[in-house]
Amino acid sequence: MTVQPDRNVSKDLKPQINLDDKVPEGALDEKWTKYRSTMNLVAPNNKRRIEIIVVGTGLAGASAAATLGELGYNVKAFTFHDSPRRAHSIAAQGGINAAKNYQNDGDSVYRLFYDTIKGGDYRSREANVHRLAEVSRNIIDQAVAQGVPFAREYGGLLANRSFGGVQVSRTFYARGQTGQQLLLGAYQSLSRQISLGNVTMYNRHEMLDLVVIKGKARGIITRNLLNGKIERHAAHCVVLATGGYGNVFYLSTNAMNSNVTAAWRAVRRGALMANPSFTQIHPTCIPQSGEYQSKLTLMSESLRNDGRVWVPKTKEDAIAIREGRKTALDIAEEDRDYYLERRYPAFGNLVPRDVASRAAKVECDKGHGIVPTGLGVFLDFASAIQRYGKSEAHSQGHHDPDPALVTRLGEGVIKEKYGNLFQMYEKISGENPYKMPMKIYPAVHYTMGGLWVDYNLETNVPGLFALGEANFSDHGANRLGASALMQGLADGYFVIPYTIGQFLSGEIRTPWISPDEPEFAEAENATRERLEKLMSIKGSQSVESFHRRLGKIIWEYCGMSRNAEGLQKAREMVRELREEFWRDVFIPGDLNDYNPEVEKAGRVADFLELGETMILDALDRDESCGGHFREEYQTEEGEALRRDKEFAYVAAWEWDSEEPQVHKEQLTFENVELKTRSYK
Amino acid sequence: MKLTLKVWRQKNAQDKGHFDTFKVEAHEHMSFLEMMDVLNESLIAEGKEPVAFEHDCREGICGTCNMVINGRPHGPMQGTTTCQIHMRHYNDGDTIVIEPWRAKAFPVIKDLVVDRTAFDRIIQSGGYISINTGQAQDANAIPIEKDTAARAMDAAECIGCGACVAACPNASAMLFTSAKVSHLALMPQGRVEHSRRVQAMIKQMDEEGFGMCSNVGACEAECPKEISIDNIARMNRSYVASVLASEKAV
Repeated sequence: MTVQPDRNVSKDLKPQINLDDKVPEGALDEKWTKYRSTMNLVAPNNKRRIEIIVVGTGLAGASAAATLGELGYNVKAFTFHDSPRRAHSIAAQGGINAAKNYQNDGDSVYRLFYDTIKGGDYRSREANVHRLAEVSRNIIDQAVAQGVPFAREYGGLLANRSFGGVQVSRTFYARGQTGQQLLLGAYQSLSRQISLGNVTMYNRHEMLDLVVIKGKARGIITRNLLNGKIERHAAHCVVLATGGYGNVFYLSTNAMNSNVTAAWRAVRRGALMANPSFTQIHPTCIPQSGEYQSKLTLMSESLRNDGRVWVPKTKEDAIAIREGRKTALDIAEEDRDYYLERRYPAFGNLVPRDVASRAAKVECDKGHGIVPTGLGVFLDFASAIQRYGKSEAHSQGHHDPDPALVTRLGEGVIKEKYGNLFQMYEKISGENPYKMPMKIYPAVHYTMGGLWVDYNLETNVPGLFALGEANFSDHGANRLGASALMQGLADGYFVIPYTIGQFLSGEIRTPWISPDEPEFAEAENATRERLEKLMSIKGSQSVESFHRRLGKIIWEYCGMSRNAEGLQKAREMVRELREEFWRDVFIPGDLNDYNPEVEKAGRVADFLELGETMILDALDRDESCGGHFREEYQTEEGEALRRDKEFAYVAAWEWDSEEPQVHKEQLTFENVELKTRSYK
Repeated sequence: MKLTLKVWRQKNAQDKGHFDTFKVEAHEHMSFLEMMDVLNESLIAEGKEPVAFEHDCREGICGTCNMVINGRPHGPMQGTTTCQIHMRHYNDGDTIVIEPWRAKAFPVIKDLVVDRTAFDRIIQSGGYISINTGQAQDANAIPIEKDTAARAMDAAECIGCGACVAACPNASAMLFTSAKVSHLALMPQGRVEHSRRVQAMIKQMDEEGFGMCSNVGACEAECPKEISIDNIARMNRSYVASVLASEKAV
């Protein structure tokens, strides 16, 4: 596709990189089928001679490593965790989408494709998204065959529920632990390949550099986290499935150890970071309670199937609740503002995440927040409990049930649906959500941005692939609920096993890559020098304190709403913080030992560079779309104002410590009409 | 609240190890691990090495965190991981003793960090259904009774943290192993290779150096996911049946 000239380009910048999306020709719904049937293959005898490195063993990485192993490749899989089963995919709660149309409610591949493009506010690539919708159906078949215990109806068939931004029920789930069960399925398949010798597993190994030889990705440098040993690993190609970078915000729903380092090290070697400012703020998380807080906890979006979001209509009531003089139960029905139902009657509480989050911020900014910090709204299950209770009582033959019975039965239904989430909420907050509405607030949850990849999921560095949350490809400016699990598994099980052949079919005459090549030595030395430099600073501030400060800057200026002035200021602040970090950070302990502080230091150093790139990206994009809300660009009603003529492109950033440069891939929409998203 | 912590310190697997005592100031809204963060930040500020402990999701699902708190794996709360304990359950002036999982098959790496890769090897020995990607039939072609699927899910909820081993006086891994055996055996997809699986997994479990089950039941009591000991009974039945039925015992 064509590349637009950069409107900010000054003459001394490097030339634009040609970002060829490699989307195959043909009708949208035939592209993948035709391409798959005509693409280059690697014969079984050659697969045995080819090595593939897979970094990361979450949904995308484990499914890719297992499937590539099954195909006969020699796979080396890496995780910094003690076991592949710990990857953060495990924490996904609500479900996974698939266009099965088992509910006969009008779902189809096209509808899932359309919902995803629209939900992403028209900033994703049509062909990639359509392929995702196509293979979504295979994922459910695969997972069931692996023994994933999805929820079922009495007839024994699979159950579904709804998620935000859609009007069909296409979400498959295993209680509130869908991510866990899907990850364990992939982990078990991976374990089988490990036992068969097709995959060699490297636990507690962190990738710290990418090795590029004659323009192709040929290996990685790792640090063995048990003893600090720096190691070289060579292969014919490298697959990164290392997740998202939400922890740049310090406080997020990501696991504590989730980080951008592997992807960022690839960027430092020439890969491009696409749309880094597209981050997802999830509307339903448990609000922050204090400065010491280390992370935030998500309450699944599935709760919005039955929970109603509200704040008090008057500020006085809100203040009384904040000060503990009143509780939610003291506010009469007519004094409550169910603001999502009021503003978006068509989708109500099930509007997409970006819309729900911004709406919560608007209410809290107006002073209607209901927790002591002012940053919280209610998620109320009382009417669902009554509704389910009455229906349950009716089915048990009580046609005029007393209220206590209705409540008891209704709570039982809610417990069956969301029991573990309610339990988790109670453990953290100390309040019983069956009796008292939950208190929630938006928090950073997912990053739509990621490494730029083409249709083959290959980055601009030949032989370097990126899967799952680590790439940017499918969710545009906002991801719909239950689509992260779908994308991770689509990429790993059903896309990369085919598309990797396009690269590897040209490598069948390439002998084993030797880790003695000079490029490996150079990368190993660079890694060692960087670590030694970090240790030698011996400053006075902890890694954690820098991370917290970075997070505050990014959240304040590059979070739920952004403006040019703030972003410019934030860029300076991040640059100063980075300079201070490299001057004054203190890392205790020894480099050649098990030392989590060394791990954290390297990751925060990378976040300090990524953070600046995010800010630049948000500054470059003079429009609002999806999770990227620029205050200068909004409608009179406060909705996001897109500028399709100028900004229907992917912004792919080339890192430079002085002046990162943007390269652009123009998005073309041949099958959907670009419309203003409306959920009203 | 002011607390006294007695924390196990051990340089590596060879080191004998000892307790260090610290004073820490905590807040009742903090999680237990946030209290440990406060301790570590204060140690770093003094130029000392922080206490090594493992944690990741801090939502009770990844299975990484593992502390024996006052003698109980994952502390005092029923069905709760270490990361989900909050300091409101403690009182000003309390002394809290914190130790790692202790089992021969889980050697200490440093302080509170232990090596649990034995669990991975048990899964690798057979804790899966042998199908390749792309071989599956339509998902709704296999109806599974709702309650059966729910029972499989009950077993599948295991997070692989190892509290069952830490709680058991014999350091047995029967609850972990039987949870996976049950999860797969309860579903028709998993029944095909059930006999082979149960024998292989038990053999691997024994080879890793886990102890025998003597029906103490501490595993079930301390399991943060409340996995039932019924799974052990189910596995024992399957094991005996499969050994008797198979022509060559594994």
